[in-house]
Amino acid sequence: MTMASITDDLAAAATAAAAAIAEISSLAALDEAQRELLGKRSVAANVKEAIKSLTAEERPEVGRQLSQYTAAIEELLAERRAQLGVGTASGDGIDLSAGGHGNARGHLHLVTQIRRQLEDIFIGLGYRIAEGPEVEDDWHNFAALNIPPAHPARSMQDTLYVDLGADEQVMLRTHTSPVQIRTMETEEPPIYVIAPGRTYRNETLDARHSPIFHQMECLAIDRDLTMADLFGTIETFARQLFDDNSVQTRFRSDYFPYTEPSAELAVSCVFCQSRGCRVCSQTGWIELGGCGMVDPDVLRAVNIDPEVWQGFAFGFGLERIAMIRYGIDEIRTFFDNDLRFLAQY
Amino acid sequence: MRLPLSWVREFTPLDHPVTEIVSALNQLGLEVEQIDNHGAEVVGVKTVRVLSVAPHPDADRLVLVDIDTGSGATQVVCGASNLVAGMVVPHAGIGAQVPGGLTLASRKIRGQVSEGMLCSALELGLGDDARGILELDPNSDLGIDVKEMLNLDDVILDIAITPNRPDAMCVIGVARELAAFFGEPLLVSKPSFSVDRALDSSLDVTIEESARCPRYYGHRASVTVGPSPAWLRERLVKAGLRSINNVVDVTNYVLLERNQPLHAFDAANLAGPGVIVRLAKDGERITTLDGVERVLENSDLLICDSNSNPQALAGIMGGSVGQVTDVTTEIVLEAAYFERMGIARSSKRQKVRTESSARFERGIDPEGVVDSATRALELLVQVAGARVATNGVDKYPEAYAEKRITLRTDQVNRLLGTELVPDDIDKALTPIEIQLKPIKKSHDFECTVPSFRPDLAREVDLIEEVARLIGFSRIGRTVPRPQNQVGGLSARQSARRAVADALVGAGFSEAITVPFVSEAALVGFENDKAVALRNSLSAEEPFLRTSLIPGLIDALRLNYSRGMKTARLFELGAVFHAPTSDQLLPNEPERIGGVLVGRVARRPVEDDRTLDGFDAADAVRVVADALGIKALEISSSSSRSAGAGSGSWSEVKVGATSWGWIAVLNKVSGFDDPVVIFELTLDNQGDQLGDQLEIESARPYLAPSSYPPSTIDLAFELNEDISAGTVLATLRHSSGALLESVELFDEYRSDNLGAGRKSLAFSLRFRASDRTLTDQEVGAVRSACVNAVIDTLGATLRGVE
Repeated sequence: MTMASITDDLAAAATAAAAAIAEISSLAALDEAQRELLGKRSVAANVKEAIKSLTAEERPEVGRQLSQYTAAIEELLAERRAQLGVGTASGDGIDLSAGGHGNARGHLHLVTQIRRQLEDIFIGLGYRIAEGPEVEDDWHNFAALNIPPAHPARSMQDTLYVDLGADEQVMLRTHTSPVQIRTMETEEPPIYVIAPGRTYRNETLDARHSPIFHQMECLAIDRDLTMADLFGTIETFARQLFDDNSVQTRFRSDYFPYTEPSAELAVSCVFCQSRGCRVCSQTGWIELGGCGMVDPDVLRAVNIDPEVWQGFAFGFGLERIAMIRYGIDEIRTFFDNDLRFLAQY
Repeated sequence: MRLPLSWVREFTPLDHPVTEIVSALNQLGLEVEQIDNHGAEVVGVKTVRVLSVAPHPDADRLVLVDIDTGSGATQVVCGASNLVAGMVVPHAGIGAQVPGGLTLASRKIRGQVSEGMLCSALELGLGDDARGILELDPNSDLGIDVKEMLNLDDVILDIAITPNRPDAMCVIGVARELAAFFGEPLLVSKPSFSVDRALDSSLDVTIEESARCPRYYGHRASVTVGPSPAWLRERLVKAGLRSINNVVDVTNYVLLERNQPLHAFDAANLAGPGVIVRLAKDGERITTLDGVERVLENSDLLICDSNSNPQALAGIMGGSVGQVTDVTTEIVLEAAYFERMGIARSSKRQKVRTESSARFERGIDPEGVVDSATRALELLVQVAGARVATNGVDKYPEAYAEKRITLRTDQVNRLLGTELVPDDIDKALTPIEIQLKPIKKSHDFECTVPSFRPDLAREVDLIEEVARLIGFSRIGRTVPRPQNQVGGLSARQSARRAVADALVGAGFSEAITVPFVSEAALVGFENDKAVALRNSLSAEEPFLRTSLIPGLIDALRLNYSRGMKTARLFELGAVFHAPTSDQLLPNEPERIGGVLVGRVARRPVEDDRTLDGFDAADAVRVVADALGIKALEISSSSSRSAGAGSGSWSEVKVGATSWGWIAVLNKVSGFDDPVVIFELTLDNQGDQLGDQLEIESARPYLAPSSYPPSTIDLAFELNEDISAGTVLATLRHSSGALLESVELFDEYRSDNLGAGRKSLAFSLRFRASDRTLTDQEVGAVRSACVNAVIDTLGATLRGVE
């Protein structure tokens, strides 16, 4: 090899290398290219070998050209490596600004998050968490709750019946209240429990209806629990839930077969300080659920003497709380399980 | 229930602002759902007479209507189909205003001039009836202001009445509550009419089924059927009913005023005339007023004529044959009390709910039957020129027994947390017509409950009335704390949270899926245990899930189709398995399900890789770790197909107990990538896993050794059918306490190894807790490992680089 041909070879190799490096799209390919361009069988290696046969005058010049070539290739590789997003293995100049590979943690469903928050509030008040089956019998879902067959209250709930037993004897629970019955059947008062869980209605999933939703029920039975205890407990829990000690509660007479007296419960709107906004439909109040003193007939149904023991119960929907808090307008959102929804919370 | 406030004021003098009245009703439990006073916006709408109706030349659905405004004729274009010549209707002429801020102007509709418009009830702000143009009294003068005529400044309250309060389903009932709340009197005058002795009073009433019809009152009258006067129409329209004719309108008016459903039969159809109240025969038929031919069962109750021909489905709807028509001259007016449950069942079975049935099934006032009939006859005299027979026939075999309830002041305070005195209670209950008689030498009362309150039967019911009337705002706020327990999660509840948190950390998001699935989707997922719904929401998905996976795959598919090609979802929840023969309810084992699809991101450092079964195995290990399970084993896979797709399945075990499985499914509908799934049980009731969990949770402490480890690599050549898990188990078993960890780091097959053979390479780390291991010790344990694998698994040791 002559010095002239070496100069030409290096120039041609540099041009080709620049083009090749620009095309590279993965770090593995970049490593491969580095071996080809600077490794044992590369143009650079050949030139290094050829230097030995050159004259002593020529050697420094070719040596300078070779190191220039090598430096240029290394620079191109480093540049490309940086463009591909990562610094050199030695660690200087690592660009992490893109924020990682993108393998992130997952998210608890919003309903679970609300549920845990509520559970924790009541645990703080000394309550335990009771559970029961989702498929229930007529006794626990209706009869023991003072809802006899053909009672008008049954028409308030469109029930999904399960193909077991006699007609309309086995159903998907329409509320979490059967857990009250199961708890009182198995435990002696005093009883302080909450029962969060999934409930069912005969409704097709769309923007405003869902065949499944979640409720939380609270039940307290003790010797002298009063309606003032009921109202106070609800107010305390609501203030904790909305993290706002100025939250007020409002109770209006209502009807549930399993409580007497019964009331609808509403909390002052935390979004507008009760001045009226979209969330509270301009009323200043947000209706959350129902409550009341456990009906003596319900206590009798589970062999608890209503002259000795009395207590309260209340319940509300978890999706509703989430919808209020985050302005979610379609209940279907909860059961589509779209990751873009789940990842927001 | 729509209630014009003007009507309520007929019975109690309420000059309070509407907002106060609404607030009072809400506190009393009569929830006002809507306040409607849009009629106040009406300006300049006048009565006109329809002269002729002709088709619009260029529009099928429109008609040209010539009208007489009283001061001349003009034309409007109209879309309603109920117009006939001679009708008097409301007309919003040029410059008139209707609710919604619309001012009428002359305009052309499809080329035809319309001088304003004719109005439906809806367009006058009277509820939601837009089915046709509102018919006014045909005898009315023309050019009269409709706003005055219909008193459109009135406020109409839409009230939701809870099922326990039948007494409040009428104007007087609501007036009674408001009068009590505001301390005003309730003014209901006793109805009366003069009789026509010339008329035949005789009426044979036979009740065959008195349990179902405790009271039946019939009264004969002659009537002149015709249109109703303006005041009667006004109230019915405002209440959301349509005017039919004066006789039917009167029965509806009394129903709204007093909660007593009435029925007027055309006496000409009642052979005799007489009435038989009897049960239907199975398969007997009646065509009701709505034109539906109904097939009856022998628990449906019928009102029949004296020849036993059905005339009405009792308490629900009249028959089409006996209804009052323009040619009716004589009627039998029925006012009855039907037993509640019977009506409820019949109404449910016939899938028809009427103003009547809704009231009967809640329970009307048995003592108010005759008064209501009297009121109707009084009105018929006024508006239908009725002549009324001397006597009605009242079949009431068992007189109403008054309900007396003892009410203890102490118990009121004990339940409400109040400090009321007897006088407070007296003041609360007397205005709602509960009679209180103090019991001597006590603070208690003997209360007599009015017959229109079937909901008041127990002391607690009266306590609720006290709370309602004194107002819940009088009740304080106290917070009780249990004395006998501390709050907290059970072991199961804690485990659930731990599992969910672990999976979230591992990149899984939690799904909550609808647990109804198709038969096809269940195949391969314990479908033999499936339980179906009787009234499923969709014919395609009648089964309760036996596994979480089908629902999770649907959720994964939704994400995938929306562009989220990489997704990891899990669900924690009950599945439903058919009960064993001695149970009624299904078993509800609790499961942990996971589904994964897509890639693990590695760019830009290296290429992404596809999520695979190893990722699911990692997730399973994460769950096991969260639950404190150490003895986890995953079997080698075998091929199987399921509803979702086919692929390779591996069993997951804890000790000897099956815990679940992992599968990699290919060609799952809707996915270009393999779908990886796993399902584990969280059930620890009565099975071996429960015991295992308990043992595992008692973990003895092992101090981390501070001595250096010795690491060796071993590669074995063995038959394909020996799984890596088997080799791992053998290595663990043979290496004793010194083994700190062992991992598979390479697996390969080649021509050199030959068909049916493979090479597995493991990295083993040894460490002692109390010393640095010597070469001899490591050599010994290495030999033990190698020999065990060679001897028990037929492997050969390969040279390791």
